[in-house]
Amino acid sequence: MSEQPSNDSVGQRCQITREDFICQRIEIQKLREGENLILGFSIGGGIDQDPGQNPFSEDKSDKGIYVTRITPGGPAEVAGLRIGDKIMQVNGWDMTMVTHDQARKKLTKKREDVVRLLITRKSLEEAVKHSKGSHPRQ
Amino acid sequence: MDNESTYSGYSYKSSHSRTSRKNRERRDRHRLKNRDGSIRGDKSVMIQAPGEPLLDPESTVADDRDDNWGETTTVVTGTSVDSISNEDLTRISKDLEDSLPLDCRRYISPVLGAILGLISVITPLAFLALPQLLWRDTLDPCGTPCEGLYISLAFKLLILLISTWALFLRPSRATLPRFFVFRCLLLALVFLFVASYWLFYGVRVLEPRETDYRGIVGYAASLVDALLFIQYLALVLLEVRHLRPAFCLKVVRTADGVSRFYNVGHLSIQRAGVWVLDQYYSDFPVYNPALLNLPKSILTKKMSSFKVYNLEEENTNNSTGQSRAMIAAAARRRDNSHNEYYYEEAEVERRLRKRRARLVVAVEEAFTHIKRHQDDDTPTSSPKHPREVMDPREAAQAIFAPMARAMQKYLRATRQQSYHTMESIINHLQFCITHNMTPKAFLERYLSPGPTLQYLDNNRGRQWTLVSEEPVTASLRQGQVFSLKRLDFALVVKVMPLPFLRLAEEFIDPKSHKFVMKLQSETSV
Repeated sequence: MSEQPSNDSVGQRCQITREDFICQRIEIQKLREGENLILGFSIGGGIDQDPGQNPFSEDKSDKGIYVTRITPGGPAEVAGLRIGDKIMQVNGWDMTMVTHDQARKKLTKKREDVVRLLITRKSLEEAVKHSKGSHPRQ
Repeated sequence: MDNESTYSGYSYKSSHSRTSRKNRERRDRHRLKNRDGSIRGDKSVMIQAPGEPLLDPESTVADDRDDNWGETTTVVTGTSVDSISNEDLTRISKDLEDSLPLDCRRYISPVLGAILGLISVITPLAFLALPQLLWRDTLDPCGTPCEGLYISLAFKLLILLISTWALFLRPSRATLPRFFVFRCLLLALVFLFVASYWLFYGVRVLEPRETDYRGIVGYAASLVDALLFIQYLALVLLEVRHLRPAFCLKVVRTADGVSRFYNVGHLSIQRAGVWVLDQYYSDFPVYNPALLNLPKSILTKKMSSFKVYNLEEENTNNSTGQSRAMIAAAARRRDNSHNEYYYEEAEVERRLRKRRARLVVAVEEAFTHIKRHQDDDTPTSSPKHPREVMDPREAAQAIFAPMARAMQKYLRATRQQSYHTMESIINHLQFCITHNMTPKAFLERYLSPGPTLQYLDNNRGRQWTLVSEEPVTASLRQGQVFSLKRLDFALVVKVMPLPFLRLAEEFIDPKSHKFVMKLQSETSV
């Protein structure tokens, strides 16, 4: 079972590493399939990977963790995760400066049924502008 | 003195009752060689440690003593600490004469083999000749088939002779303590064979005066065939069986721990011992007794700072208890001698490198003084200043002088001075000059200790003792240990089997080598 994404969490402003981001909190319930708990998406990136090949990042030197694929109908899609999202935190653990394997481990802990992600995406900026309406951003 | 130790050992043994004459003869033969070294030239001789200058007891030791020695010493040839009495001396000389055919034990096997071989070669010819000689007129005439058999017989005999010469008629390089089992087996086989053929021949041909000559020729031909097959068997048993490696021998020298590993096939222990010694002389660096010990200054420091006072009557229990306590206390105490060892070793190393550098420079400079004389140079140089033309020996002596001091200091630093006399260095220099060697090639002999073979003179045999818990004709097995002893060190040999190999195959299609870039990995969670 999954929750509706809470609308007031769209477009929150958070500050991470001295920069302002528009970020969103998403809570995903893991689905049990046989022995495994799956989340239904794929990640790419990490400090040990080549950032130039990331199709979703704006800045090609960004070594963060990005969502590269979403299983249709899986828990992640239901929770509101979209392809191209950059994951900033997982359950409080920082994901901006981790290796690919460390990120995977943080997401696939067997004892946790729920992961709470802090994500950011390009289109969030647009959404904020639209929702704020006539207030132009300098 | 080394002389005394060997002689005292001998006299101790000679006063024992002789249990087995053969053993004692062998021991006598080996120990007496020292005295009669000049008479028996190439037998196995017991000599002192291989590195030290060989001290021939008969050669005038009096040269380095003063002239008054004759007044104070009473024994002429080699004194021993426990002096041998007169009757021992007479007994020794009597035994010497009795055991004069000492050679026979060494030669008995080849001589027996030779006799047997000769008999077996002559036998077919005798088989053919005897009927012709004795009852020629009654023999059936035998035309072409016999001639064909004659030719084949002749060629087979020729092949037999050639292969016997090639395989077996070689001077043996070692005397083994026990009989060589396979060789005895083969000799017995040949003897039985030939004897049974002769028996059959005597009963069936000579007595009834057989007239079928073709049958007799066929009989002789079958004997030669069988001899060829026995020779094939001998080849396999004596030569080929030990070629395929089956065991790995670890050989360790007890004096300084130098070790090597060798692969051998199925051999008996004594043959393996001979084989190991062959490799020893060319693989192991020469044993230098001067290089072994820690300097005394480091070792004795440990002992001197712990004193033990004996306050009561000494009985055995107390003394062992005390010594044990002393050892335990010494072990617990903090031990700093490793520090001194480390620094002293570093110092020695540094000094050695300095002397080596000086030596290399001196030799290089010396070699620039001479040049090979080309014959076509003479017209141009003779009008100006005639250069003196020297032969290699003089050239060597001429350039030896500037490098002599550096060489001597280096040899002393590496404790090699006993192996290289001035004469030998000049000889080596002459050799190198003759063959156009560079200074580095000349120095190769002195910069690293070479194999023992380099320092041997070949006219004396070498005495080794094989020590083994199992009979020495037993075949090698896993886990056996035997050792080869000399006077001051031993080689301990341990037998390990080579592992059984399971070789599996895997086929790789050359088109299956494909690669992808892995820098952007994607993991699904």
